[in-house]
Amino acid sequence: MKAPLSWIREYVDLPADVTLSALTDRLTMLGLKLEAVTNPADAVTGPLVVGRVLTLEKEPQKNGKTINWCTVDVGDANGTGEPQGIVCGAHNFVEGDLVVVCLPGAVLPGDFEISARKTYGHLSAGMICSAAELGLGTDHDGIIVLPADAGAPGDDAFDVLGMDDPVIEFEINPDRAYALSLRGIAREAALGFDLPFTDPAARDTPAANADGHPVVVDDAAGCPVFVARSVSGFDPTATTPGWMATRLEQAGMRPVSLAVDVTNYVMLELGRPIHGYDREKLSGAVRVRRAAAGEKLTTLDGVVRTLSAEDLVVTDDSGIIGLGGVMGGETTEISETTTSILVEAAHWDAVSMFRTGKRHRLTSEAGKRNERGVDPEITEAAADRVVELLVELGGATADAGVTVVGTPPARVSITIPVDLPARISGIDISAETTLAHLRAVGCEVAIDGDTLTAVAPSWRPDLTDPYDLVEEVVRIVGYDQVPSVLPPAPAGRGRSEAQRLRRRVGTTLAGAGLVETISYPFVGDADWDRLGLAEGDERRTALRVVNPLNNEEPFLATTLLPGLLKALARNVGRGTTDVALFETSLVFEPTGAKAPLLGVDRRPSDEEWASIEKAVPRQPMHLAIALTGHAEDAGWWGAGRLASWSDAIGTVRALADELGVELTVTATTREPWHPGRCAELRIGERVIGHAGELHPKVCKAYAVPARTAVAEIDLDALLEHATTVVTGPEFSSFPVAKEDVALVVDADVPAAAVEAALREGAGELLESIALFDVFTGEQVGEGKKSLAYALRFRAPDRTLKEGEASAAREAAVAMAAERTGAVQR
Amino acid sequence: MSGPNTDYDPVEVTPLKAEEVERMRDEAVAAIAAAADLEQLKQVRLDHAGDRSPLALANREIGALPPQARKEAGARVGQARGAVTKALGERTSVLEDEHEQRMLVEERVDVTLPTKRRRAGARHPITTFSERLSDVFLAMGWEVAEGPWVEAEWLNFDALNMGPDHPARTMQDTFWLEPADAALVLRTHTSPVQARTMLSQQPPIYVVCPGRVYRTDEVDATHSPVFHQIEGLVVDEGITMAHLKGTLDHMTTALFGEGITTRFRPSYFPFTEPSAEMDMVCFVCRGVDSDACRTCRGEGWIELGGCGVVNPRVLTACGIDPEVYSGIAFGFGIDRMLMFRHNVTDLRDVFEGDVRFASAFGTEI
Ligand SMILES: [Zn+2]
Repeated sequence: MKAPLSWIREYVDLPADVTLSALTDRLTMLGLKLEAVTNPADAVTGPLVVGRVLTLEKEPQKNGKTINWCTVDVGDANGTGEPQGIVCGAHNFVEGDLVVVCLPGAVLPGDFEISARKTYGHLSAGMICSAAELGLGTDHDGIIVLPADAGAPGDDAFDVLGMDDPVIEFEINPDRAYALSLRGIAREAALGFDLPFTDPAARDTPAANADGHPVVVDDAAGCPVFVARSVSGFDPTATTPGWMATRLEQAGMRPVSLAVDVTNYVMLELGRPIHGYDREKLSGAVRVRRAAAGEKLTTLDGVVRTLSAEDLVVTDDSGIIGLGGVMGGETTEISETTTSILVEAAHWDAVSMFRTGKRHRLTSEAGKRNERGVDPEITEAAADRVVELLVELGGATADAGVTVVGTPPARVSITIPVDLPARISGIDISAETTLAHLRAVGCEVAIDGDTLTAVAPSWRPDLTDPYDLVEEVVRIVGYDQVPSVLPPAPAGRGRSEAQRLRRRVGTTLAGAGLVETISYPFVGDADWDRLGLAEGDERRTALRVVNPLNNEEPFLATTLLPGLLKALARNVGRGTTDVALFETSLVFEPTGAKAPLLGVDRRPSDEEWASIEKAVPRQPMHLAIALTGHAEDAGWWGAGRLASWSDAIGTVRALADELGVELTVTATTREPWHPGRCAELRIGERVIGHAGELHPKVCKAYAVPARTAVAEIDLDALLEHATTVVTGPEFSSFPVAKEDVALVVDADVPAAAVEAALREGAGELLESIALFDVFTGEQVGEGKKSLAYALRFRAPDRTLKEGEASAAREAAVAMAAERTGAVQR
Repeated sequence: MSGPNTDYDPVEVTPLKAEEVERMRDEAVAAIAAAADLEQLKQVRLDHAGDRSPLALANREIGALPPQARKEAGARVGQARGAVTKALGERTSVLEDEHEQRMLVEERVDVTLPTKRRRAGARHPITTFSERLSDVFLAMGWEVAEGPWVEAEWLNFDALNMGPDHPARTMQDTFWLEPADAALVLRTHTSPVQARTMLSQQPPIYVVCPGRVYRTDEVDATHSPVFHQIEGLVVDEGITMAHLKGTLDHMTTALFGEGITTRFRPSYFPFTEPSAEMDMVCFVCRGVDSDACRTCRGEGWIELGGCGVVNPRVLTACGIDPEVYSGIAFGFGIDRMLMFRHNVTDLRDVFEGDVRFASAFGTEI
């Protein structure tokens, strides 16, 4: 909302010591937040003076233009008293006109410095200004011609033009609809400085009578009050006076025609939207009703709208003539020939206005006010003000008929403990202060012992609840008066187990050299295809966004790999070729259930709550990693090592070790992994994820380097099994006995199976086992591989006897032979 | 070699003569002193102290002497061998020291060579900053609450006093999920976590809810459809706006230093009443000569977010008696605070996954 300071001053007499910044500071602290102040005078540096055109010679130029060589009387403003010679290209003035002249040395908006300069064969010493050149609107039609009585040559034109009129732009919160008017803003200014307020809506209005235009309201809930007034003999050629056009422009509205401008002006003044009809285009009574579904109306913006049964419409005998409170129709629109005007000032149900505006995607200055709540008690005053201006400015005659249908809704009365504002704010606020401030905002307050009852003023439909009154009192006392006190929280338990474990996961992975990323969750069919997911793959069943930002990516991720691979490709594309990424994020599993919309007047019942919980999709937290390039860098020390499928598996394994979870790794096939290089990761029988090398096709599809390795696991599942309380280890200080063994097995026997057999066969003395070599080749035989293990044996309570370790080794080998066909080399 | 002198002949044995023993000793000591390195010394040891060295051989001849002469000869040879052993020991020590000195010189490396064989990993600064923020509240005894990202419409809006026709419901551009009547949204704020907390426990409630939220904003340097918020909620007996101010002052002081406190400006949020915008003193210019300050753009204050007293309607919808309890709540953007605290100029860096971004912050913030 933009409010010219001069307009505010009409209703509140601000003393000189209230500076502009004092005013905006106070209003901001009252809840009308300052957005910006613009003042045309700030953008212009003088000398800017009134001048009288003494001579004007038209001089055609070779380029086809005609310029005016003028001499202009600028009084003593130029220091000489001699006429000033100025070249001017505009043609909307004649000798004798009063114009606005900026003399050399002046600076116009855009740092445009005026100096005497040679042009078109003359020395032009200054400029005759247009409104646009002074930053006063967009009218480029010519220079400003002042009224004959505007002043004398040499007068300061800042004053004459009223240029020093700051326009304050406020951000108005939805609950303060009353401040979408000069009436509301000035009232707050008066409140803020404890000054008297002149209410522009306080005016005597003629009583309703039977002579007015007939109005029938079928839906009193939707339109509690409908006031109709009319004027005749309106001069359609009458133009909007400059002061009104200026104020409309200052407030951000475009002047259109006098009749329309008057309704807009009154809306800005009082906050009450007004609609004007060409009365001669009306046939029969004006009627307000709900539309029948499917009815059509062409609104003023030329759009044909199909109406819903909830829309409030205004009709006459010809049918629908307007969307009540939101926008009028074309058929009864005021035109350049209109002489008889019906003025509608109606109070509309705010919720209905909001729904209609949303349904038809209609936003208008009128709609904005009607849907947030307008003072229902000023319909007659607003209509009367419009009539007054049409009479005064448009030469019209006010018709005697006055139609008033309905009565304004009753004012809301709220009862609170007198000390509630003090209790809720923590400020020491006396009962007297509370009463005074509530009265200052316009409440009628009655006190009864420890409670008070406040009747909210008609312009404050937002005041409905006890805490609304608290806010009114506290904002006037001042939010800066709130003391700073720490609340007495009970002793806490710190982070939850899951939160601590997730932090541990992040630290572990970062310690292993991986960098965390955050990706958008939006994916599309193309991602499923790039990953090579089969038609029936469960990951293709995803939640779909109704209104995605990108129609190609309407789904919510069921796997973190698309986001991670895109990030990987971005890094590689930007020249970082050795990349190790991880992301922990929720993925979304559709439930198909619909969430109930419950009431808010009580806690949901257990069943209702269960139905919400059931409808909210399962969203497990996943962990994904992606690796490409060097795991260990090449350098002066040697060649380095490229990340591979084993790093992807190894990273998850190391994480499981860190969390004390035993992970089982077996070979499997699953998209998007390389079919021969994909590990299934299990805890017991539960599959928690997969790791390995990315399928070459997937690498190409996501433009990531070949051999990129990835893993994705259900992190929640891993954390569920984490060892949270570690039992302190007991370890032997007796000597260790080391035994190596090399076994030959069929090439397709998993190393994990051999190791498991060795462990079982070795028995309790086995302390650790490590595979230190895998070898294939002629010596081992076709289709075979050799696995070399280092075994360490130790007893907890004694030194092993000669032969004990080798016996255990033999037992281990025997078990491996039995289980896996292993043969000792 | 002579046989044992058993018949007590006063046999004269040349190698055991005093001058002979002295000569052998002096030769040995001279050779030891002449050994230039440990290798040479090894040979000298063999030659002069070994089993076949002159003194060792002389020692064997002692038995050939008459018994009354053996003692004297034995002492003479023994002293000579002792002197040799001592000289050997001393020389060994000297040569070993020399050897080590040489080795240490030869083993010199260029310690300025690069040493980084593996790149350091990093956690995302949003993660670590969320933790850092939470730490401030955990230290006050609060707990950290979390909730799902796809949320029931009722929890995201209705329970927070944003009914179907509430204008605020259009102020936030929401991602809705299909089917259109599923009443599910990507949460537009972390406030549903507050509602969930109140629905699951009775006061006293002291929680912060950091987390990811979604709005239909197109991506640019300061907007993202995905971003992060942290909200705080206290519900207890006798809670006031003063507690809100105290909490926020403590938080900004903990994160930005002494003197960096907050102020309130009246505002409007459906879930709080009274509602306020909160600003913090600019931590760069501290509100002094702010005109040139780029962090606060000359304001002296930095906008943080919204806060207020929990609207009793919200307490009611969540099953908490507003006649007994009152609450305070606040919320602000983690991404935004990260940006101004760390001079991050483009929000896109947070979500693009370029490792250079997160790596700059490491594992703690
Ligand atoms: Zn600053």
